[in-house]
Amino acid sequence: MAPLLQSSQPWVEKYRPKQVKDVAHQDEVVRVVTNTLETTNCPHMLFYGPPGTGKTTTALAIAHQLFRPELYKSRVLELNASDDRGINVVRTKIKNFAAAAVGSGRQGGYPCPPYKIIILDEADSMTEDAQNALRRTMETYSKVTRFFFICNYISRIIEPLASRCAKFRFKPLTDEVMSSRISYICREEGLNLDSKALSTLSSISQGDLRQAITYLQGAARLFGSSISSKDLIRVSGVIPGEDVQALFSACKSGNFDLAEKEVGSIIAEGYPVSQMLSQLYDMVVEADDVSDEQKAIICKKFAEADKCLVDGAGEYLQLLGVASNTMRALCNMPQEFSFGN
Amino acid sequence: MLWVDKYRPKTLDKVLVHQDIAENLKKLVTEQDCPHLLFYGPSGSGKKTLIMAVLRQMFGASADKVKVENKNWKIDAGTRTIDVELTTLSSTHHVEMNPSNAGFQDRYVVQEIIKEMAKNRPIDTKGKKGFKVLVLNEVDKLSREAQHSLRRTMEKYSASCRLILCCNSSSKVTEAVRSRCLNMRINAPTEEEIVKVLEFIGKKEGLQLPPGFASRIAQQSNRSLRRAILSFETCRVQQYPFTNNQAIPPMDWEEYVSEIASSILKEQSPKRLFEVRGKLYELLVNCIPPDIILKRLLYELLKKLDSELKHEISHWAAYYEHRLRLGQKAIFHLEAFVAKFMSIYKGFLIETFG
Repeated sequence: MAPLLQSSQPWVEKYRPKQVKDVAHQDEVVRVVTNTLETTNCPHMLFYGPPGTGKTTTALAIAHQLFRPELYKSRVLELNASDDRGINVVRTKIKNFAAAAVGSGRQGGYPCPPYKIIILDEADSMTEDAQNALRRTMETYSKVTRFFFICNYISRIIEPLASRCAKFRFKPLTDEVMSSRISYICREEGLNLDSKALSTLSSISQGDLRQAITYLQGAARLFGSSISSKDLIRVSGVIPGEDVQALFSACKSGNFDLAEKEVGSIIAEGYPVSQMLSQLYDMVVEADDVSDEQKAIICKKFAEADKCLVDGAGEYLQLLGVASNTMRALCNMPQEFSFGN
Repeated sequence: MLWVDKYRPKTLDKVLVHQDIAENLKKLVTEQDCPHLLFYGPSGSGKKTLIMAVLRQMFGASADKVKVENKNWKIDAGTRTIDVELTTLSSTHHVEMNPSNAGFQDRYVVQEIIKEMAKNRPIDTKGKKGFKVLVLNEVDKLSREAQHSLRRTMEKYSASCRLILCCNSSSKVTEAVRSRCLNMRINAPTEEEIVKVLEFIGKKEGLQLPPGFASRIAQQSNRSLRRAILSFETCRVQQYPFTNNQAIPPMDWEEYVSEIASSILKEQSPKRLFEVRGKLYELLVNCIPPDIILKRLLYELLKKLDSELKHEISHWAAYYEHRLRLGQKAIFHLEAFVAKFMSIYKGFLIETFG
């Protein structure tokens, strides 16, 4: 394969922290893990939290700090969702890897403890059978192998596995941490980002640093070195606030034809409806002049429409249904239809 | 040649709508590296045109020389081999395909073709592009598994292969794939832009356009440029020179749907339902997608209803459209919607007029 051009490397990879202590904002986790690194006494670990908070980065950094680069290949097994991880793989590949015994010995500044590490990224997408098959494997080979599980939702990891691990929760990044990291990247890449664009970036990415960096790189590729907040919104696919507001006020007006027109124009502009729903949802929840009961009725329909969209239903009709329901709730029209049932 | 194809802009410089997007794309392509791209937007907004223009910008005129191939893949999937047959459109620099046609085996097709492409990479002679481009249409119809397997493949082979994805709605593309691409939202052209294009074509063809004629076509086109050009050509064939108040023929299936709508409104009875069923079958047999029929039917019905009923009907339309997507046989759900409408409407009539 041709050597990758430096510029074609995604910034997410380029600026991934190499050391555990560089991981931003997760202070408790970093403290515990640093301790682990010093004593090389490592339990099984389970990292969970929203995307883009540094779970994979931490796991990889631990592995890189424990083993020298030559040993890394033979000591660490990384499996993520795109690799095959059915029950067969657990029974053969993981088991074989876990069973092999290894020696220890501090070499050239790396602790190189006498165990291997298996990193299971996106573990919540593993089937329950596969997880069950892991239980005994984890215990049998616990002398020579440590497991790191990484997942978004801890509830999808079966209880027996979770109880065998030390759990670490990763919290969403705050705006300040995000801004400081982004401005660091901007300095490195020679980008010009004003403070408004910076705050837009942290608000559209909602605590997901990876997302923010991806948007930043996309915008830099398209619009060159000086980026405004409008450019960022265009790249991210977030719907401009005015358009969401327009639909919301159309719903408030109680005029069905107006709402239908707004829905039509949103579809024609090509905005993804799932995005529209989440932004409209934010607007409804934050609105002061809407009673709690109305909000409840509106949100219920949002949930239904979201499920329908996931099932692959048409965008136009779903959004129209949501708009009409919202209008009925906002204008206190009867929810139950009185005739013809 | 149809005007739609004849006047399709060949290069990024010549596009009439989406000039800003074309400008950005040009900047992107002239740089050494080019990210994966995801184009999304409603149909008839010019996604395909832009993609072809980008390819031309990348590889020059040789991107236009395409050949159609019917490829057969034998894929070894552990215990059994899978045969997949798919039509591809390829030039020396790019391959275009519609993986969703492979049904549930789309996963293997996507992986296999990208691997194959990575194996026989074009030789990097004059410091030119050392990669091929794979254009995938209708990614929103790909199965979840195929999209998941796409994400690792995209990263692994990014040195030798670039993906251009094209779809109608980006809600159906998984977050993971979306975040790995540069997203390009292609909005539908506004009516003014459509008018501009129509006038441009009219001038090239040497036609006399009566004032207001182009804007009337644009209004009827529902902001789809392709449809506007098609109906413009239809008008040209029907009658030339154009008269001021020449009727713009609607699509025949739309007329048919509006007939159905008015017949439902006239009488609500099992007998009428039976007649409507025949008409719906007629539409389905002519390959009109059921969701489009439902959408159009709703549109026609909404035109003639009280606002109170509109809410109810749009709710049920959304409900039955969802059912339609989950179910197997479209006619059941279409008919169920009609029946539901009849019952609501009848109830409403009795309530109001006794």
